[in-house]
Formats: sequence, C-alpha cells, structure tokens
Amino acid sequence: MIDTNRRVLPGFSLSLGYTLLYVGVLVLVPVAAGALRASALTAAELWAAVSTPRAIAAYGLTLGASLVAALIDAALGTLLAWVLVRYRSPLTRLLDALVDIPFALPTAVAGLVYADLYADKGWFGRYLAPLGIRGAYSRLGIVLVLIFVGFPFVVRTLQPVLEDFDPALEEAAACLGASRRQTLALVLAPALLPAIVSGFALAFARALGEYGSVVFIAGNMPFRTEIAPVLIVARLEEFKYGEATAIAMVLVGMSLAALVLIGLLERWSARRHG
Amino acid sequence: MSISAINISKWFGRFLALDNVTLEVPDGTLLALLGPSGSGKTTLLRILAGLETPDIGTVRYRDEDVTAAPVRERNVGFVFQHYALFRHMTVFENVAFGLRVRRWPRARIAARVQELLALVQLEGLERALPAQLSGGQRQRVALARALAPEPRVLLLDEPFGALDARVRQELRQWLRRLHDEVHVTSVFVTHDQEDAFEVADQVAVMREGRIEQVGPPAAIFERPANPFVMDFLGNVNVFHGRVERGLAHVGGLEVAYPQYPHEQARPATAFVRTHELEILRTQPVRRAHLRARVAHVSPARSIVKVRVHAEEFGLWLTVDVPWERYAELRLQAGDLVYVSPRRLRVFVGGVDYAI
Amino acid sequence: MAERRAHDDPPWVRSLLIAAATAVIAVLIVVPLIDVFVGAFAGGFAAYWSRLTGSPETLAAIRLTAVVAPLAVGLNLVFGIAAAWAIARFRFPGRTLLGAIIDLPFAVSPVVVGLFLMLLFGRQGLFGPWLEAHGVRIVFATPGIVLATAFVTFPVIARELIPLLEAIGPEEEIAAVSLGARGWQVLAHVTLPNVRWGLLFGVILCTARAMGEFGAVYVVSGRIAGKTDTIPLRIEKLFQDYDLPGAFALATLLAGLALLTLLAQAVLRWKVGTEGR
Repeated sequence: MIDTNRRVLPGFSLSLGYTLLYVGVLVLVPVAAGALRASALTAAELWAAVSTPRAIAAYGLTLGASLVAALIDAALGTLLAWVLVRYRSPLTRLLDALVDIPFALPTAVAGLVYADLYADKGWFGRYLAPLGIRGAYSRLGIVLVLIFVGFPFVVRTLQPVLEDFDPALEEAAACLGASRRQTLALVLAPALLPAIVSGFALAFARALGEYGSVVFIAGNMPFRTEIAPVLIVARLEEFKYGEATAIAMVLVGMSLAALVLIGLLERWSARRHG
Repeated sequence: MSISAINISKWFGRFLALDNVTLEVPDGTLLALLGPSGSGKTTLLRILAGLETPDIGTVRYRDEDVTAAPVRERNVGFVFQHYALFRHMTVFENVAFGLRVRRWPRARIAARVQELLALVQLEGLERALPAQLSGGQRQRVALARALAPEPRVLLLDEPFGALDARVRQELRQWLRRLHDEVHVTSVFVTHDQEDAFEVADQVAVMREGRIEQVGPPAAIFERPANPFVMDFLGNVNVFHGRVERGLAHVGGLEVAYPQYPHEQARPATAFVRTHELEILRTQPVRRAHLRARVAHVSPARSIVKVRVHAEEFGLWLTVDVPWERYAELRLQAGDLVYVSPRRLRVFVGGVDYAI
Repeated sequence: MAERRAHDDPPWVRSLLIAAATAVIAVLIVVPLIDVFVGAFAGGFAAYWSRLTGSPETLAAIRLTAVVAPLAVGLNLVFGIAAAWAIARFRFPGRTLLGAIIDLPFAVSPVVVGLFLMLLFGRQGLFGPWLEAHGVRIVFATPGIVLATAFVTFPVIARELIPLLEAIGPEEEIAAVSLGARGWQVLAHVTLPNVRWGLLFGVILCTARAMGEFGAVYVVSGRIAGKTDTIPLRIEKLFQDYDLPGAFALATLLAGLALLTLLAQAVLRWKVGTEGR
C-alpha cells in the first residue's frame, strides 16, 4: 500500500538522499571521528583516562545528580499534570503555559538566574544559609538546576495519558465500593505509571547531558561539583584530546543506555496495556 | 429490592434532561428504559446509580431514601456502555475487584469469582487480559464484575450497544436467562426496540426527559399511548387528515371514528403498522382502501417488504407480506393493487414531534 | 444540591494540590524569570541600555548571534522539510532507525558535540591539516559555530513537521500529482501551506534554541572575546567577571525570546484549534 506512495508521490529519492547526506555529515561523521580518535589510544591508555579518580567522581556526580533530579521531576511533574488536567481553571491554564519555559529558556540564562537566586545573598539563598545549606556552588545547586531543566518532560508525557483516561473506570471502581484512595492506588496509578516512568527517563537522559546551566551554579570544583561534561571541557583546554574523547564516549554510552531504557519502557508499557 | 425514582428533575446548565420523572421498578423486575438519544434515559439510569445527583426528587431502594448516598455506599452493580474493564488487571482480578475492596478473605473471593465466571460461561479465562477478549466476552466480564459483590440492584447502560448484530442477539437471550436465574432487580438503557422487547419484563418509553408510557412490552405494542410511542416502536405508515362527524378522513382512507361525532373538523393522524396493511388484487367492498402501484419488492427474513405508491395521494407505503401470501399474489413491480388496513389507530390533534 | 461525581476529590484536597502546584511553578519558574528582568533593570533603563550597547564585545556577541542563528535555522529548515517528507510520506527499511538518529542530539550532551567537531575540524583533527593548508578556518570561527549550532538543533523542525504530515495524510498531495503537479509545486502549493503554522512554530523554536545554545559553541568557538563569543558565551564571561548587571542585561534578550516562543506556541495551538489543522 505504501509502495504506491513511492510511485505516486515525487521526491522520495531526493528527500531521502538529502536527509541522509545531512545526517551523515552533521551527525555520524563527527560521531565516527570521535570513535576513531578514542581508538587511536591504546586500550590501556583509554582505560586509564576513563578511570581516574577525578573522572569517576565526575561520572558519579553526573549520574547521581541526574537521577535525583529526575525523581523529583517525576513527583512534581505528576502533581502538575494532575492539577492541570483535573482542576481546570484560568489559573491552571496559566500554569500550563508556564510549564514549557524550561524547554524554551536557554540553559545559560537558567544557570545565571539560579546561581543568583541560590547564592548566599540571593532571594532563596538567604533562607538556606542560616540552615547551613549552600545553594550555589554545591551539589544541591546542580540538582536544583537539573530539576528545572527536566521539569516539563514528566508533565508533558503524563498530561495526554491523564486526559484520555476514561472517567468510567473511576466510576466503575466507585460502584464496586472502592474508596477514593483505593481507586487511586488500584485503578489510576497502574494506568499512569508507564507514562510517569517514560517522563522520568526523558528527564534523566536530558539531565545527563546538561552543561550550560550547571556551569554557572556548580563552581566546578573537581571531585566535589564537577560533572562529566565539565571534565571533558577541562581536558580539552589542556589539549588532551584523547582523554577528553574517552570520557565523552563514556558519557555517550550512558546517554545511549538511557535512550535504550526509554525505548524498552515504552514497548513494555504498550504491551501491558494493549 | 424495588427501586423508585420520585419526581426527578435534572438540569445540565440550561438543558432540562429530566422533567419530573417518576418511575417504579418492582422487586425482581427487568425493566428497559427505551428512547431516542437525548431522551434522558442514561441520565435517569445514572441518577438511580448515584453517579449523578438529581436537582429535584428522590431515589429510594425499597423504603430507604438513598438520594444523598454516594455511589460507593449504594451497592449497585453498574455495567458501562464500553465495559470500563481495568485494562491492567486479569479477568479474575477485574471480577474480584469489588470483593477485594470490601476485604473479603482470599478463599471466599476465589470461590465467588469462580461461581460468577461459571455463571457467565467464561471459565478458563481467569488469567486473560481484557485486550485479549472479544466484545461479547468483555461484556460478560463486566457483568460478572458487577454481580460479584451481590448488589441490590443491577443497572446496565446500553449493554448491547458496542456489539455486532449476531452477538447482540445471542447476548439478549443470554441476559434474559441470566436474569431468570439471578433475580436481581435490573434496569437497562437502550435505544433499540428489539433489545427492550425481547429481554425486558417492563418497558418505559422516554422522550425529551419524560416517560411517555410504562408497561409490559406487549401492552405497549398493542396499545401505544400516543403517536410518539407508536411511531418509535414498530414500523408504521402514517396518514394525515382530519376527523369530523364520526368519520376519519386520513390520506385517502375513510374509516368510521365514532369517538369524534362533532361537526367541527379537527386534524388527525392515523398509523397503520406495516404488517397490518393488506394487499389485494381486486377492489374490496365495504373496506377502506387505496389504489397503489407496486414500486419495489424486497425479501427480508420471514416476510417480504413491498413498497407501494398511492399516486393519487402522493403516499408511499410499506407493507409486510408473508411469503405464502406473496407467492399467492405473484406481485411484481408496476402492478396495480389495492391496499387496505386491517387495523388503524387514529390520534386526534395532529402530531407534535419528529423522530 | 452540590454536584459530586464519583471521581471528584474533596474540596480541601483540590485546594491543597492547586496551592502546591502553584508554589512549585512559582519557585521553579516564575521567580527565576522575574529575577532576570529585575536583575537587568535594577539600575534603571538607561543603565540597562548602556550595558547592551556600550560594550563593543557585547555588541559583537549580539551581532555574531544574529548571524549564526538564522544560518543554522536555515540549514535545519531545509533539512527538516526533507526529513519530514521522507519519513512521513514513505516507508523504507531503516525508517525507524533514521527517526532515532534524528533524535540523537536530544540525548547527547552538547559538549560532546563540540568535542567531535573539534576532532574533525580542529588543528589536530581529521581534516585539520587540510583546512590549515587551504587557509580555511572552521573551529574558532563562525563556520564552526554555525555547524555546532545546527547540529544541536537539527531535530527541532523535523520533529514538528513529521507528526503533522503524518496526521494530515498524503491524499491532497496525491491529488495534486494526479492533476499534473511536479514535486516542487506539490511542496510549495499543497504541503507547506498545510503545515504552515507548525512550520512557523518550528522555525521560532529552532531560532530560540539556536540563539541560546551554549555547550557545543563553548567548545568550538575558542571563546575569543569580541570575535567568537555568542550571546550565551558572553553572558558566561560577564558572570565570571562578576559583572552581573551586564550578564542579566544580555539574558533579558534570550529570556524575551523564550517568552515569545511560548506566545507563538499558544497562538499556534489556538490556530490549530480554529482551523482544525
């Protein structure tokens, strides 16, 4: 059936050809070059580069901060999606529009502003300082900014699922005698969980690669607040291209693993829900 | 457990969905709410269940006023139009849900679920997911789930709506047999007259938020209370005209109508069911009749539907002719025949609705 | 009588959740946004203006961004249309893979992108010696910045168009072909007008992303003040130099663009609602 499309609609070879060329030049050649470069080092050198204590600290911080931020995004995102879908009003419509700001706002601006807000004298920082909590130049700051960056993912993934949720299912549960809490736990939560997990995974993958905003707020102290992308840039500035590439490959590996995870999760949820 | 709806009125915004409706469903009856879309039948059903609250009026289960009781306290079984099965739960878990939230012991739950699956003839499918079942099977799971917690009342919203014709027929018989076994007071909503007439003990015909007539199917069919009910049920031919001086002059027919002896003519409408019209080859004497030309003949199950055109009066009529009679008459398109009603129902005052 | 349906939450729960949601948005998003503008205009409008126009490096950054972003968006526009056409209208082996590859920049850190571009075109890179010999500068110069920006933002327009084209279906285009239209005519007269609002929004979003791109450009540009700093890079430099008011002043430009993007999105949704497409 689709073969007729190819015969009927023009431009297949041209558009596909251009697409492949573009993708090739822009995407794959650099990626391949990276792989090439990394492999120019011997295996031992590669391993040494990726396993220095500083590098390990950087991976750990990147993974840990991204995970925590994504989990918090999952919780906050669920709250927002619920409120936006279930309690419609002019106020929630405004909130709905604001949810997309982290998507649209450049990371540098986010980093600048969060650094300013959570510095010890900042609008938020001044409440944290007496508690002994440092917002800026700390791991907390990194997590905060990653929460901002990943926030819309869970909301936007969950919203359509909630909107499509058949109210008859909740009514059925009520008819059968379930309390509101039982309905939420037994009927709603299992149906919404795949979408929440999807959103979580997206936020996680996004946080892994985040650079611009973290650079402003983290202070970038090795072993303490240095994420992997910052370490890569540091190596680059020392002209240690090989090491930078090796660390970059590890980072790419983590991102790809996250992507695969997302794909698997989506396939699993589709199977469970027909 | 009898159900009563007393003086129920319900608005949705400015739309009056139910207008002072009163309905009594005796214990153990299976009642059908029949009517076109917009008649308020689903709203009434949902109010009986507690899924909607009436603006005016009360709902009673036997003598207990349940109007203010939330649905989860009413112990109603409700079967939704699209079943609303819990997609992530197996058949067993779906049926067991109402028992689980009441915290029945596990053994008791298992026994009851098995009992119900046997009742709806779905043994062996406990582990299946709803996505793997056919429409008819899902319907039965929804029924089993609703019946599991031993509800006082069973309410069904267009139970056959989402099924194809043959499955519909089977399920109709099946629902009737189920009711005979279980004897729970049941109300179901449908827009299909055959659903109502084949299955129900009582039928309530609704239109625009009001009940037009309640009674056993046969009574409603034989003695429709008004033109709307008549037209909504069976296939009818409609004749417009007037009554005066004891006669009804409708669409070319002239019949005695002693109920209206007055001089003053009034508009009237007469209905003749398609199987109450007779086709004759020769002009009858002393019977009201029309001359017509056969336009189209089409066989339909146990009868032949003949379409005739009474040209003088510009009337198109449909006549159901039994096969034997059809064979006798040897009708063909173009034949000139005479059409005579065996029975005619006249309603004085014109018709004020549209179907 | 109060209307309570089976799936309603009690009023106190409602109010609590709405308050919580509003608090989250306020702390996470609204206050930061306000901070940008407060920080920028703290010294008055005249001071704000002089910070934008007074410093030659800042002006250079604005000019560079104004050159780079349209170029990158232009490249991605052509690509986006081509990719959407190929993917939405045809089935071919590797189609899903191609779709996944298009999504790649969303998953890869922009720093890694910059790194790979350095590995290709840097002095020690694959093509480095050849470029050096022919006097072509890619990294540490505008072309490199354009490439980096284009790479990181290339999925945006394609991702807007593909679902749109799939939803609209090829019937109108097939009809046009049957009436004798050639490929470009079909594209210009049938396809593009059908997706014009999505296309416009994609361009706006891509521009916003391109102007705000930081990580990849950071690596590739060499950060030569006055020559290869874009607006985001300039903001970072001002921040490092503790010139917060200057940094905020520039940030308002990007924040304003972000708000414009959201406005465009709202308008687009409204248009789609009224035109049904």
